[in-house]
Amino acid sequence: MSETSQVHPEYNYKVVRQFTVMTVVWGIIGMSLGVLIAAQLFAPALNFDIPWLTYSRLRPLHTNSVIFAFGGSALFATSYYIVQRTSQVRLFSDKLAAFTFWGWQAVIVSAVITLPLGYTSSKEYAELEWPIDILITLVWLAYIINFFGTLVIRKTSHIYVANWFLGAFMLTVAVLHIGNSMVVPVSLTKSYPIYAGAVDAMMQWWYGHNAVGFFLTAGFLGMMYYFVPKQAGRPVYSYRLSIVHFWALISLYIWAGPHHLHYTALPDWTQSLGMAMSIILFVPSWGGMINGIMTLSGAWHKLRTDPVLRFLIVSLSFYGMSTFEGPMMAIKTVNALSHYTDWTIGHVHSGALGWVAMITIGSVYHLVPILFGQPKMYSTKLINIHFWLATIGVVLYIVAMWMSGVLQGLMWRAVNSDGTLTYSFVESLEASKPFYIVRFIGGLFVVTGMFIMAYNCYRTINAPKESVAANPATAAA
Amino acid sequence: MSMFWTIWISVITLGSILGCFLLLRWCLSNDTGVEEGASMGHVFDGIEELNNQLPRWWTILFYICIVWGVAYLILYPGLGGYKGVLGWTSSNQGVLSLEESKLALQKDIDDGNYNDYALQIKYANEKFDPIFAEYAKTPIELLAENERAIQVGQRLFLQNCAQCHGSNAKGAASGFPNLTDNDWLYGGSGDKIKETLILGRRGAMPGWLGSMGEDGVAEVVAYTLSLSGRDVDLGLKEAGKARFVICSACHGIDGKGNQILGAPNLTDNIWLYGGNKKTVTQTLYYGRNGVMPAFKETLGEDKVHVVAAYVYSLSQSK
Repeated sequence: MSETSQVHPEYNYKVVRQFTVMTVVWGIIGMSLGVLIAAQLFAPALNFDIPWLTYSRLRPLHTNSVIFAFGGSALFATSYYIVQRTSQVRLFSDKLAAFTFWGWQAVIVSAVITLPLGYTSSKEYAELEWPIDILITLVWLAYIINFFGTLVIRKTSHIYVANWFLGAFMLTVAVLHIGNSMVVPVSLTKSYPIYAGAVDAMMQWWYGHNAVGFFLTAGFLGMMYYFVPKQAGRPVYSYRLSIVHFWALISLYIWAGPHHLHYTALPDWTQSLGMAMSIILFVPSWGGMINGIMTLSGAWHKLRTDPVLRFLIVSLSFYGMSTFEGPMMAIKTVNALSHYTDWTIGHVHSGALGWVAMITIGSVYHLVPILFGQPKMYSTKLINIHFWLATIGVVLYIVAMWMSGVLQGLMWRAVNSDGTLTYSFVESLEASKPFYIVRFIGGLFVVTGMFIMAYNCYRTINAPKESVAANPATAAA
Repeated sequence: MSMFWTIWISVITLGSILGCFLLLRWCLSNDTGVEEGASMGHVFDGIEELNNQLPRWWTILFYICIVWGVAYLILYPGLGGYKGVLGWTSSNQGVLSLEESKLALQKDIDDGNYNDYALQIKYANEKFDPIFAEYAKTPIELLAENERAIQVGQRLFLQNCAQCHGSNAKGAASGFPNLTDNDWLYGGSGDKIKETLILGRRGAMPGWLGSMGEDGVAEVVAYTLSLSGRDVDLGLKEAGKARFVICSACHGIDGKGNQILGAPNLTDNIWLYGGNKKTVTQTLYYGRNGVMPAFKETLGEDKVHVVAAYVYSLSQSK
């Protein structure tokens, strides 16, 4: 089954290369922004009294750039790569592919300009104003047509499981984006949602949670289903597990949004329903982790020598951890402690840094040599260093946020014998400060790793042919 | 909620859960026609898929979560208008005014309904009300000497008042009075402080740019600053003194203010919005509007009594 024995159609690697490079670029920008605003939380003077650099404007830019610029570029790159390789056919349309690349970059550049200037719809993870929303919709439709078009003209008998997840991610994100972005424009830069009050909040979190569920979970599970077996050189553990966890995951995730609105004006029945579905969702979420990790059976020894595989497997561990933590936090009584605290931030980052970023980094290290015609990455040692920086950084980050989150939750609910609250808000803020510093250091580790990755990619891409020697141990993989 | 929506919600909810259950059952039985553990026979870019059985512990976990989810939806509201076996609600929903809310809350407390909010209010009232009722019997000036009461008052202050007046109660020169300097806009007796807390206050200083013009305001500013012993242009001060007749309607002929109106004393060099020439000029140009919210509904009279004692105590140590 070695690759040399297969006859490759002429794949469109150009768009994959473009998106892969931009994944690294946007990763550095988005995560650096995160580190800056993390520093502002314990040293507010770091906004330099410049409105564009204030926390309130950079925070949405941070989330948009890591989710949609870094994560989005990674998904475009890998989905275009996977759908071609597993369908044994070139992309349906090169023109549409080029349009999605330039269109998506235009969306991100618009975000980089408008968000610091203060133009925002103020809906979380959907802050971009309506003209940009329209551009997103056009790019996304082109993406869907190109992806499904490629599946239609595929040369293989079945559609590979990775493509199920990628297809589900694309279709659902289209529905979510269009549904949540329904607004009445009042000017080129300002609009108001057509929904009001609790309905608007519910729409927002139906979108918000499924941005996590479909963009950051289903999409990246598609990535996992290709790169883990490929890098490990092992067959996928269980075809039937992939069927049951795929259908259960996509049918249950869409219900989970209300758990972001526990103890609010949302009706009781909606809250309870969101909570019950979130709990059941836990099991199919773990199906993906099991299928990924068990794919390694018989190849565990490769973890010792292959840091790329290590990235992929550790990402699955973080995935398992955060998909256990999420349903737990959706339980109302747990949520009463965790909500509005840093615990939520820790949870999001164990998913975003531990799962999304790590699986992306592993996939990029797999892709870059193939895309740029090199036998392997310029330096395996640097990959290894990156792996440890990323792992230590993520652990520092999430442990700090867990501790400060639980501390905040406990301080806010502590009551004296006379019924008055024991602590004022500012006291809980003071208590959080040391953890904010630890979180900043964790973020610094992660960003440093990204810079090392950028250097390693640069050297790999620019290395003269034949100058990077194939590692005999991994050349066959 | 109409029966239609209840059925709509119930059908798709239970249908989804049942669908997951059937899917699980179907995948547990090997209908693939491929031997268990063998390759499915399709290869995608070199990747094969094995036909392994679902892990047993994972399958059991799935069953447990499905059973738990269905049980929860039977016990608690979740399926549209269905109320749940326990009759639990988080709070009164659908009330349209504070009045309605209070009546509904009291009804739930009286009837012993399983209303989470009502139960907690009932518990808190029974446990804590007597403590504050006891404090309320002591006059504020006396209560201010009760160390325990002052601690309680400080806690309430930090939760409810510190947002504007600061954790140290020293206020801020953006319209939030310092409560520790024994300088009072509306009076510093225990009862006056309590009145301020119960009813709130609206401070209104009109703007004078329109009627006095820039030059006129500059004159009044000079005179006003001179009242606190500040060095000013003597010519402007004299001209301002003549114009101050208008101001004296509230601030008094001598500029010492009027606590009935909440008009500040202008002779003590204490400035609610800042005392530099530029800020005082702004105050005269455009006027000021200060709002102290009323705490009668939020805290109730007995707790306000304790907070008043704390605030009163702040000016006593000096």
